[in-house]
Amino acid sequence: MITKTELQKLNKEANDIRIKTLETIAHLGVGHVGGSLSVVEILTLLYFKEMNIDPKNPKMIGRDLLVLSKGHSGPALYSTLALRGFFPLDWLKTLNKGGTNLPSHCDRTKTPGIDMTTGSLGQGLSAACGMALACRIDNLDNYTFAIIGDGETDEGQNWEAAMFASQYKLNKLIAFTDYNKLQLDGTAESVMDLGDIEGKWRTFGWNVYRCDGHDIASIESKIELAKLSNNKPNMIILDTVKGKGAAFAENKLTNHNMVVSPETATEAIDELKKEL
Amino acid sequence: MDMREIYCNTLMEEAKTNDKIMVVEADLMRATGTAAFKDAYPKRFVNVGIAEANLIGVSAGLSNMGKIPFAATFACFASRRAFDQFFLSANYAKLNVKLVGTDPGVTAAFNGGTHMPFEDLALMQTIPNLTICEPCDAVSLKKTMKNLINHYGSTYMRLQRKGSQSIYSSDEEFEIGKGKVLKDGNDVTIVALGYVLVPEALKAAKMLEKEGISAAVIDPICVKPLDKELILHYASKTKHIVSAENHQVGGGLGSAISNLLALERPTKMRMVGIQDEFGQVGTLDFLKEYYKLTADEIYKQAKAVLNKE
Repeated sequence: MITKTELQKLNKEANDIRIKTLETIAHLGVGHVGGSLSVVEILTLLYFKEMNIDPKNPKMIGRDLLVLSKGHSGPALYSTLALRGFFPLDWLKTLNKGGTNLPSHCDRTKTPGIDMTTGSLGQGLSAACGMALACRIDNLDNYTFAIIGDGETDEGQNWEAAMFASQYKLNKLIAFTDYNKLQLDGTAESVMDLGDIEGKWRTFGWNVYRCDGHDIASIESKIELAKLSNNKPNMIILDTVKGKGAAFAENKLTNHNMVVSPETATEAIDELKKEL
Repeated sequence: MDMREIYCNTLMEEAKTNDKIMVVEADLMRATGTAAFKDAYPKRFVNVGIAEANLIGVSAGLSNMGKIPFAATFACFASRRAFDQFFLSANYAKLNVKLVGTDPGVTAAFNGGTHMPFEDLALMQTIPNLTICEPCDAVSLKKTMKNLINHYGSTYMRLQRKGSQSIYSSDEEFEIGKGKVLKDGNDVTIVALGYVLVPEALKAAKMLEKEGISAAVIDPICVKPLDKELILHYASKTKHIVSAENHQVGGGLGSAISNLLALERPTKMRMVGIQDEFGQVGTLDFLKEYYKLTADEIYKQAKAVLNKE
């Protein structure tokens, strides 16, 4: 359970992460706005409450792990890691610039705190399965978290991993679907309808939970339920809004990767600051 | 003892003192011959089912936590089917996945053209820093595997499953990226790779000797890193090179050698291997004849490069 004070603090962190994410993308002038802003609350909860991590020792043995399989949401995770103290906030200005440690898609070899390289959609969940299995073999009691996109769910490899996680009873694997209902070419429903997404994961042998992906207390309650699992992997479907919190992007079909002018960003950031 | 038994025995032997070693299969345990490993180390054996993308992905995840996974499947699937996964989740991520492709080239025999990889070395050679090897006999297989275990970084090894042969003596030592001179010579050098072609090259060298042509035979073992020093030395010494591989010459060993020679020491060369064709079903002998992966062909190409046709 999250206390009221804790929740207020986490909501403020989420707001800060959202602002930093917008600043980071605006500094470059273009980026994956939509899918970055839709995962802010889950990243806030994981890195500011849930995960056992040490920003001073990013490779700590036995730490909780995250695979951000939708690697293009990197800017949101970089903002989270910077605010959590994994590296200086200044680094955010280097996003996608030559020689940066913050490439558009997550890279475990470049960024402190990034646990797995991702970018070719559909590959992260398999890696998370291997990581969770290795931790179990080593008798670690940590959790492996993974975030996949709803559009990414089209990739068949997810379903290979889904069967594997169930077969190997990876109960310490907790995955999230960022269900923002939009993908690059249009609505998920019009491009490749996920239909009964809960039923699909359940049929593949997973515990399935669903909640408002922008409601931190609600996500936390589902993670607590997932942690009770003793023989099944866990999928938490997060109902989210692509581009959440920035009026210029929110739920816009064009928000997957868009140009962001300094003026547009400032306007959106001013709105977010009013919420603080 | 089949080559696959050497493979499994080596893993079991190394696993005794190295608890990081794991075996990952994609429903081909009985083909790869790793059932004994599963019995000996059930917790360190993983079967992902018929799911090669996940085979590589899970192996990358295991490696990310410090394990040394030996992931095996038929070479056609290891390369063609899961190339992006191996490229990105294993190599780009700088992880330590030991990928093994079995039944390389024509040795897929009765599984036919669908299962016959003439392109795996070509695909793999495009991956930066990847170690790519094809040991030709039991001794080089065992010792190369030990070297791969001690080398951090993803690797791709072609593995002959069935049968075995003895090319090296048991005290021979190997090093990644270092080839072996199996026979010295002065007129032409045959650089032959793998289980099928190394013995053919040795036969061809004997045929040439009978005609007074002194042929050297080199087993590079690794296509990448290629033993450049050794090949350049023999290019200078013998002035003529013939490559021989159970793979298409485009993008394979022949290409790797010709790239090297073109840049460093232009040398007359011929290539024995698949000439831009798909595979097909048949016995190994039929396929070797059909695709000209024989001592006769190596002999013929050696004479051709020497202008003694």
